[in-house]
Amino acid sequence: MTGAGSAAGARALGALTRAGGADRGGIAAITRQALRTKRGAIGLALVLAVVLFAVVGPFVAPYSPDALVTVPLSGPSGHAWLGGDFLGRDVWSRLLAGGGALLLLAVLATLLGVGAGTAIGVTAGLVQGKTDSVLMRLVDVGLAFPQIVFALLLVSVAGARPWLVVVAVGVSHTPQVARVTRAATLDVAEQDFVKVAESNGVRRWRIIVFEIVPNLVSVLMVELGLRLTFSITLIAGLTFIGFGLRPPAPNWGVMINENRIGLTLNPWGVLAPIAMIAILTIGMNLFTDAFASAAIGVDRAGDLMLEAAPFAAEAAP
Amino acid sequence: MTGSGTVTGADRIRLSVRDLRVELADGSADVVAEVSFDVAAGHTLGIVGESGSGKTTVAHALLGHCRRGLKLASGSVVVNGTDLLAAAPEELRRHRGRMVAFVPQDPGKALNPVMRIRRQLAESVAGLDNGRARIPAILADVGLDARPEILDAYPHQLSGGQQQRVCLAMAFAPRPDLIVLDEPTTGLDVTTQRRVLDTVKRLSESYGVASVYVSHDLAVVAEVADRVAVMYAGRVVELGAAADVLAAPSHPYTRGLLLAAPRPNEATAMEGIPGYPPRAGQRPPGCSFRPRCPIAVDRCRDTPPPEFVRPDHLVRCFRAADESVRAVAGPLREQAPGPAGPAALQASQISARYGRRQVLHDVSFEVRQGECLAIVGESGSGKTTLARCVSGLVADWTGSVRFDGAELARNVRGRDRSVLQKIQYVYQNPYASLNPRKTVRQILAGPVEHFSGKRGAAVTAVVSQALESVALSPQLLRRFPAELSGGERQRVAIARALAVEPSVLICDEITSALDVSVQAAIIRLLHDLQLLRDLTLVFITHNLALLPSIAHSVVVLQHGRVVESGDVHAILSAPAMPYTRSLIANAPRLDPPGHENPPQSWTADLRETTK
Repeated sequence: MTGAGSAAGARALGALTRAGGADRGGIAAITRQALRTKRGAIGLALVLAVVLFAVVGPFVAPYSPDALVTVPLSGPSGHAWLGGDFLGRDVWSRLLAGGGALLLLAVLATLLGVGAGTAIGVTAGLVQGKTDSVLMRLVDVGLAFPQIVFALLLVSVAGARPWLVVVAVGVSHTPQVARVTRAATLDVAEQDFVKVAESNGVRRWRIIVFEIVPNLVSVLMVELGLRLTFSITLIAGLTFIGFGLRPPAPNWGVMINENRIGLTLNPWGVLAPIAMIAILTIGMNLFTDAFASAAIGVDRAGDLMLEAAPFAAEAAP
Repeated sequence: MTGSGTVTGADRIRLSVRDLRVELADGSADVVAEVSFDVAAGHTLGIVGESGSGKTTVAHALLGHCRRGLKLASGSVVVNGTDLLAAAPEELRRHRGRMVAFVPQDPGKALNPVMRIRRQLAESVAGLDNGRARIPAILADVGLDARPEILDAYPHQLSGGQQQRVCLAMAFAPRPDLIVLDEPTTGLDVTTQRRVLDTVKRLSESYGVASVYVSHDLAVVAEVADRVAVMYAGRVVELGAAADVLAAPSHPYTRGLLLAAPRPNEATAMEGIPGYPPRAGQRPPGCSFRPRCPIAVDRCRDTPPPEFVRPDHLVRCFRAADESVRAVAGPLREQAPGPAGPAALQASQISARYGRRQVLHDVSFEVRQGECLAIVGESGSGKTTLARCVSGLVADWTGSVRFDGAELARNVRGRDRSVLQKIQYVYQNPYASLNPRKTVRQILAGPVEHFSGKRGAAVTAVVSQALESVALSPQLLRRFPAELSGGERQRVAIARALAVEPSVLICDEITSALDVSVQAAIIRLLHDLQLLRDLTLVFITHNLALLPSIAHSVVVLQHGRVVESGDVHAILSAPAMPYTRSLIANAPRLDPPGHENPPQSWTADLRETTK
């Protein structure tokens, strides 16, 4: 089912990006290239399927997520497809309703973390010198904490509110992202097109935004994908421990926690939300992986012409 | 050396290639086809061609190898009786290094960076009779002493020339039947290049090795090869004795290459070949060269030309026998005398250091409005650092730079916008100077918007005009750099500088990454633009041969000091300093038959430039 669906989806998306008119070198071209691979197409299809499920789910759920409709921890039946949870609520309905909030928080946390990390990393990589040292030592301090501990620390100090979960998870991503983007920036900053902008007296922030960041797309895309899956597991984990989103609101993380006592009676209460998170994570990883290789491929296509071109390799002294 | 360079006895043939064909891995198109040639013991065949001509593919095939994405489809490569293309992988591996050796383009990458030279040499002689004892001898062959400073060094501690000699020593050590050299002197400066070329020629002759020398540079091939094969679009279009091919080229492409090549002793209007070579799978039916050919006839359109063979001279062209289309000498060009106005750009007493090392010592120069000043020097002479000091990209320097009489701040951040606009730069490598994620329009519009504050349609007008001024179609505006050829990219880079209407243009080795035919077109463009716009040019190059065609005056740099400066023609015809003389003498040139070698006294006092 996923195979046929994903192929059709890939075609549709391919047509969409082609219509956008961007060519080799553009982000659309890389996406298109990524979708031509099996990994990329399947990955994106899985992600879209889970997102669709989470967005449309609340509107098509047969019952209210809070309604007690069946025997607690009863197995699947005709009117409760995935059985009942520990209070007798419909697992299928809660599964449909419980993805939206989790995904929204994860996306926000990821954007915050990758955004802040990129800002720090690119600045350090471009400016270098003292600024670089100070920023990177701070990053090292951040790296010294395991992410989950770091997030827990923030949430436990300030209390469990949704926005705080976003900040905590986002901030816990920042040091890692900063490290990666700084390394990538060092490569790009050496290129002559950055020197052209510098020698024209272009302001630094403009160089960062218009010259450097576009060349970090493949790195950033991989980071976004990776961090998104981390965010989801982190938030689900925080929720599982009791921080983050509180019951009775339906939520995949909460569901895993609530229903584990009935694992032997109705495993679906635990397995179904785990499966959703797993599908999303796997899909995201497949797609970003394909995207990263496609970015290399697209850049190489240009380099192929360079291969035979002779260089007077004057190393800048 | 045998005079004619022809293959005499069949018994002496060491390499015999027949109908070699390399295809894309999916078999959809050929990359190289119908390639046949012989090389006798002690002889050198030069394979010449531009990017994408298939010369490197042929070089790899001679080792029984092909790049990923290609396959060796058919034909034979027979070395001393063994067909490498038919050999099993295990057998092939045994032959490599022993029977066939390879000298790569970049010795810095070919040598293992974490292994001392002694061990790498030992590996190359392992299995030979008294291998290690032969190390001093094989080093002496390439003109290196078996001193501990060399043997115990890591590759990065040697100069580029020394690294390449070590590679040569390793290749020649087992006395192979065939040596394939892939542009081994690209990236070396002329003095070192000359020595490497001499070494290759001497060793091939004295050990009876057949060598194949691949290069984009006709002049280099003319120096080293007995026979020359000119490749275009995967075919050998002309093959014959070097002197013959260079003196009486019969294929229009060979003639085009010769016309495009700069000559150090005359100001020719170097002529580019219009258009670009077709890629594999996109070649037109009939003759692949037809779209760029000045003498094509109807027949060329649909019939691939057969080989025409004169005595020992093969040409793949219908009009090869037509004597009427054979002019080789480019029209001479009168270089107008340099203008006499006030100095536009004046640098005095510039000294710069890089870490502890001083790379520039009191360098001064001045350029008058509308003049072209060439700054010439070998790698490491400090010419790029000089440009960076002038541009304010390096801040750690002393001295002063005046523009229109006003002194400029040391750092680019301290300079006025109007000054920055008036002095523009074009960088060496168009593959790195254009942002790969931007369209041509975005690349060109950036500086225009930055300096003029204009937006939208006004910018588009300026940008289109700039593209037209470098002879590119405005259709390219929506393209990304990856979709452009090297020559097109460099034109875009020039257009970016011109779009903001500068008065001084600093060009840093802008043609060194380009093919000769493209180089000729770029130089011509620059020359025309200079006259048209009264531009002041600072033209940085290592290639002396370009000077007469573009520059009025010249500054020669060595080890960060000005060795000599003055009028181009005066200096090229009567260089006062030994260094300048050696640069001129060592520059490879296209007229080897009868050209006398430089007097020994010119070069004798020069040590090889080491780091």
